[in-house]
Amino acid sequence: MNRSMLLLLIAVIALGGIYFYNSSTTKEEVSADEPLKVGFVYLTNPGDHGWTYAHEVGRQQLQDHFGDQIVTSYVENVPEGPDATRVIRELVADGNQIIFTTSFGYMEQTLKVAGENPDVIFDHITGYKRAENMATGNIRFYEGRYVQGVVAGMTTKSNQIGYLAAFPIPEVIQGINSFARGLRSVNKDATIKVVWVNSWYDPVKEADAAKVLIAEGADVLAQHTDSPAMLQTAEKAGAKGFGQSSDMHEFAPNAQLFASVNNWGPYYIDQVQKVIDGTWSTGDGPDHWAGNTWKGIGDDFLVLSEFKNMTDDVAAAAAAARDGIAESSLNIFEGPMMDNKGNIILNAGEVLDDGGLWAMNYYVEGVEGNIPN
Amino acid sequence: MAEELLLAILLTSVPLILAATGELVAEKSGVLNLGVEGMMLMGAVAAFGVASLTGSPYLGILGGGLAGLLISLIFAVFVLGLATNQVATGLALTIFGTGLSGLIGAPLVGQSIDGLPSLIIPWISDIPMIGAFFRLDFLAYLSVILVGLTAYVLNYTQFGLVLRAVGINHDSAHALGYPVLRVRFMAVLFGGFMAGLGGGYLPLVLTPHWAEGMTSGRGWIALALVVFASWQPWRVTAGAILFGGITIMQLVGQARGWAVPSQFLSMLPYFATITVLVLISRGGRIQFGAPAHLGKNFLITR
Repeated sequence: MNRSMLLLLIAVIALGGIYFYNSSTTKEEVSADEPLKVGFVYLTNPGDHGWTYAHEVGRQQLQDHFGDQIVTSYVENVPEGPDATRVIRELVADGNQIIFTTSFGYMEQTLKVAGENPDVIFDHITGYKRAENMATGNIRFYEGRYVQGVVAGMTTKSNQIGYLAAFPIPEVIQGINSFARGLRSVNKDATIKVVWVNSWYDPVKEADAAKVLIAEGADVLAQHTDSPAMLQTAEKAGAKGFGQSSDMHEFAPNAQLFASVNNWGPYYIDQVQKVIDGTWSTGDGPDHWAGNTWKGIGDDFLVLSEFKNMTDDVAAAAAAARDGIAESSLNIFEGPMMDNKGNIILNAGEVLDDGGLWAMNYYVEGVEGNIPN
Repeated sequence: MAEELLLAILLTSVPLILAATGELVAEKSGVLNLGVEGMMLMGAVAAFGVASLTGSPYLGILGGGLAGLLISLIFAVFVLGLATNQVATGLALTIFGTGLSGLIGAPLVGQSIDGLPSLIIPWISDIPMIGAFFRLDFLAYLSVILVGLTAYVLNYTQFGLVLRAVGINHDSAHALGYPVLRVRFMAVLFGGFMAGLGGGYLPLVLTPHWAEGMTSGRGWIALALVVFASWQPWRVTAGAILFGGITIMQLVGQARGWAVPSQFLSMLPYFATITVLVLISRGGRIQFGAPAHLGKNFLITR
């Protein structure tokens, strides 16, 4: 038996596996008359819930909005790393004139390919590096978490809220603090226990963490991780919780209070319209982590799903908070505000600006414990 | 409260107990199958698919086990039939299983099932703490039976003796007239079946949905457990529960505000896994009572 032939065969099988898993199926929706080609890079299979699914919904809205004027295509299951460079280059070679790369970990790769192709427009979600032909977009996710805090504060009986967090980065800290502001605006006795899962996506560990938090007395759970495992665990245990990125009520019909749904459609439509009009620029948005475009509930970038499994007065309070944020009459980080050690962060009347939001290295009042180093 | 935590520890360790026990048998016969992660994922997707289609999580158990067995068949054909390198083939199996499960599972994403119900044994389950051991589900109880059977067969039956002999020295076993390849074939398929059951436990009990790559490295931990446990079934079980305990207690520590860095504890099992895998792959010098012919192919030369 020829061993080297066999090793080759194994290598072929292995590569076949990699092909299925990693490198992507490109699907196109074709239309006529030299339409503008728009490419997307996805971190995972879109499935029908979670982060990438929200981008896929946005892409479909974009396609529907422009119809024959554009052709959109996407590449799924692109790992964050050197492989992404190849995928982005392929999208350029396919003639895409604007390319959306939809995960933080594509930042360097997008920047690199953008440097090589000055005539192509790149849009990275969510990051902080940009170039003449590379803009960044982001959603004010934390706004939805304030409303979650309000609902949690009025729903909890044990006054213990469990919070599953992925990694201690500014975006996640922002979310925890915003949740705590909402919580404490309606319930001065409730506190948040934060558990770091150290993964964006590990369903079993997320379920374990949810079980632990419920065993420790939490009766409302929030999450900054991607799978529906926490909600399923809450459903089984009779607790409540909030969905992440997309509506997850089908996984937990009795447990999901509502979900903060990422709505990328308006952003994509706006950016592509500008490319068509020839008015596209990296914009003059805030020059910090948040990116050129950073919008939230008020611009429908973040949409709250239907308020369920709560009484009418809670739903009314949630709606009021949502509308207040949308109209800018409610400012989440307005003084007086203290951190959870009792230090004054903001005096009465002071408001945290966007730069301050990205520099948060403290928990506000209502959150237990310390941020891991 | 403590009882709920104990229950969580037990549940989270079941997939590891099943997969590691299966791998243990394969390794005892001398075959190192690094494809556990891939077999678990195939088991997970098949268990979920069958349970979702038929509405019966019990049929899902069967589906998971059979899917693990089928994919291990590929491994067996290559490694035993064609004498390919075990490490390379095992790694290929993991990559293949990961990809194939994702492909098969694509239409299942977003569905939810009613998982296996807890079978609460009356009276005993009311005992404080110990009661947690009697609030499990069918597959968890079955895993204990399977570990017991495995330990019994390996240590107290003639078949077990032959299997161990094949793993210790396949040439001698062959000279004595034992069917080395047939024994290894059965051991590999058993390993696949058990890994399939272990993978199936994820969507059937722990998180009743399917998602690509949902095992998140538990196959590798199962592999390391076999070595930690120095190829003893009950030690594998104890090791799995210990691992589950570390997993749960580091979460509890965070919820209670203990001053231990969570990243460190989260990392610990994986760090240990990598260390052990390095030691296995180096082979030779360091032995933990490993079957002497572990990872070595048997070629009939006479």
